[in-house]
Amino acid sequence: MSTGEAIAAASALDLLALSPPGWGATLLAGLGNSVIIALGAYGLGFAIGLCGAFGKLYGGPITKDLLAVYTTIVRAVPELVLILILFYAFTGLLNQTLLSWGMERVQISPIITGIVVLGVVQGAYQTEVLRGGILAVPAGQIEAARAMGMPSVTLARRITIPLMTANALPGMANLWLNATKDTALLAVIGFSELTKATYQASATTKAFFVFYPAAMALYLLISLTSTFLIGRLEKWARRGQRDVRGQ
Amino acid sequence: MKTLVLAAVAALALGTTAMADPLKIGVAAEPYPPFTSPDASGNWVGWEVDFMNAICKQAELDCVITPTAWDGIIPALTSGQIDVIMSSMSITQERKKTIDFSDKYYNTPAMVMVAADSTITPDAAGLTGKIVGVQVSTTHEAYTQKYFAPVASEVKVYQTQDEANQDLAAGRVDAVMADSIALQAFLDSDAGKACCKAAGMVAGDAEVLGAGVGFGLRQGDPLLAKLNAAIAAIRADGTYAEITKKYFAFDVYGE
Amino acid sequence: MKDFLKPHRIVLILLAAALVAWCALSLNWTWLANPKYQLLIVQGIWRTIWIVVVTMVIGMVLAVPIGLAQAAGPWYVSAPARVFCTVIRGTPLLMQIWLLYYGLGSLFPSIPWIKQSDLWPYLRQAWPYAVVALSLSVAGYEGEVMRGAFKGVPHGQLEAAKAMGMPPFTLLRRIWLPQALQRVLPTLGGETVSQLKSTPLVSTITIMEIYAVTGRIRQDTFIIYEPLLLLAVVYMGLTGLIVLLFRWLEGRRPTRTA
Repeated sequence: MSTGEAIAAASALDLLALSPPGWGATLLAGLGNSVIIALGAYGLGFAIGLCGAFGKLYGGPITKDLLAVYTTIVRAVPELVLILILFYAFTGLLNQTLLSWGMERVQISPIITGIVVLGVVQGAYQTEVLRGGILAVPAGQIEAARAMGMPSVTLARRITIPLMTANALPGMANLWLNATKDTALLAVIGFSELTKATYQASATTKAFFVFYPAAMALYLLISLTSTFLIGRLEKWARRGQRDVRGQ
Repeated sequence: MKTLVLAAVAALALGTTAMADPLKIGVAAEPYPPFTSPDASGNWVGWEVDFMNAICKQAELDCVITPTAWDGIIPALTSGQIDVIMSSMSITQERKKTIDFSDKYYNTPAMVMVAADSTITPDAAGLTGKIVGVQVSTTHEAYTQKYFAPVASEVKVYQTQDEANQDLAAGRVDAVMADSIALQAFLDSDAGKACCKAAGMVAGDAEVLGAGVGFGLRQGDPLLAKLNAAIAAIRADGTYAEITKKYFAFDVYGE
Repeated sequence: MKDFLKPHRIVLILLAAALVAWCALSLNWTWLANPKYQLLIVQGIWRTIWIVVVTMVIGMVLAVPIGLAQAAGPWYVSAPARVFCTVIRGTPLLMQIWLLYYGLGSLFPSIPWIKQSDLWPYLRQAWPYAVVALSLSVAGYEGEVMRGAFKGVPHGQLEAAKAMGMPPFTLLRRIWLPQALQRVLPTLGGETVSQLKSTPLVSTITIMEIYAVTGRIRQDTFIIYEPLLLLAVVYMGLTGLIVLLFRWLEGRRPTRTA
């Protein structure tokens, strides 16, 4: 390495250092925020999706139609637009309701707002994936359990959910990766997650080709680790089942 | 129904700071030196930050900086996400329809910045057929749309002032119009010295450019009187001059 | 149709119509009457449509060789394709767009001759970067889809053609590619809708597509929700058009699922 390259490499490492003047700590804090929001949004989305899937399959006609409207609208409108609408609508409506009941405004932290907004968006997609997973459970098993008088909750807990998990896992893996990447959209509303932190760092130091590749490496780290872990999870969930190819 | 919503709100409030204590000061989440910019540890520094600390000490308020996207900062205020806007926001009649402003706390003219070898003049004649860059939702954008858009070849609108400056350095726009001090800070930096120069101040238009910069508050907020009193106190006892001396060689208060 | 109009549905449809009517009457739509905004909205919708069409076409043209490389190529061809797809799918599109536009832009001052070159008028504008970033994104995601599609064509057909002495390119052109595309058509509709939903991201690099236009209207008039509602309606309409288009395309090609 020539001296010029050595100096450039050294200063890149300086910029990424964990303590000032390195921006490494800010980037990692942004990464932490991204992961927290992704986990929270995914969890909330899963809860909404589970209710939605059961509602769509076993609910009354009105429930089915309302859920269909919810999933269609959320999947047809870009996440960025949904994030904007929900971001301002959520806190605005909440505070308006509280004020009209004569109470004080409440401050919701940005992380919670991000989680709620992305969770509502994730919920629609999760509904469809979980619904597909449940539909793929062999009907015979559910009928047999019902014939034996198993109560619905026990049936859901012992038969539907375990079998559904194996089928739904690929779709849910995809949704997890989408959740981690959608946190980047919160940068457009100024929230300081990894993409925004990278933007701040590179805008202040003008060292684009140091921070962007570093941040992309961090995102890749999340996605590769997740893919590996979910692959293991899927193998565990499919234990004892025949492969599609019959192997 | 009421209990359900209250329970949900209580659950949400678990993730929040204590109600009613800290005042959330909305600052645009972008580097805008020398007024506000993030340093390597994520803290916000600059003239406006020092000014805010002095005001909060004077008015005995507990202030917390809350970075918010610039083009959503007014909706963030009206929907309650933040309590005060302190982000070099100019006081204009148009904005006054939606929010209240405190008294001004600084007033500096607007300037056009161009490439180092350019011959552009800061008026409609000089910008004919050129590409002009401005930041979204600013008085400078309104001014550019009013005076330069009819003659310029294109008006490019950026989310942050910083992006506009970068594109000028990259040569994608021919001129950038913004606050003279913010642009001067860019021109004093290494990147600015290498690429660009000031073309001069634009002709004034108080209605579009506003009457100085003030704090933004929700309409009818009682905090307004407190902030105005604090601004007057700081001007009177010399704290304002002390803060300004650290960053500028002249008084930014303007007339 | 009669099946669709059960009593509860009729009630829900009436409620929805009432909601739409209330929105149309009581919310603030005065800004729609302004001819300046009308022109901007039409231009914005046009820009969104051509961005989706152009990037899908270019992206698919790139995705076919990438998918083929992974399905049939030797390791030194399939590995780079694999890496490309992994990086594109593992990092946020917003970051890819910003890296391309602002990252490359930060290099221009250090390359003095670039301002004299013929490419300069294009490098100045934002749309080439948006087209490149979005096309690469389509290529990355569709490359994976095409890989599955190529692998899914029954192997027997390819072997039979090879046994009859068909040259590899003719085999690709007549047997492998058409069947792979056939398999992929249902997924492509969903992928095009995904592309449509990624277009707002290019507003962050100064392209005035419909999302940026409503942003401008919101900022001029300080009205928060109504322009966003119009935006949602526009995107729902465009999604509906794409879904209908792909349904028609699927109907045109006769399929015999064996």
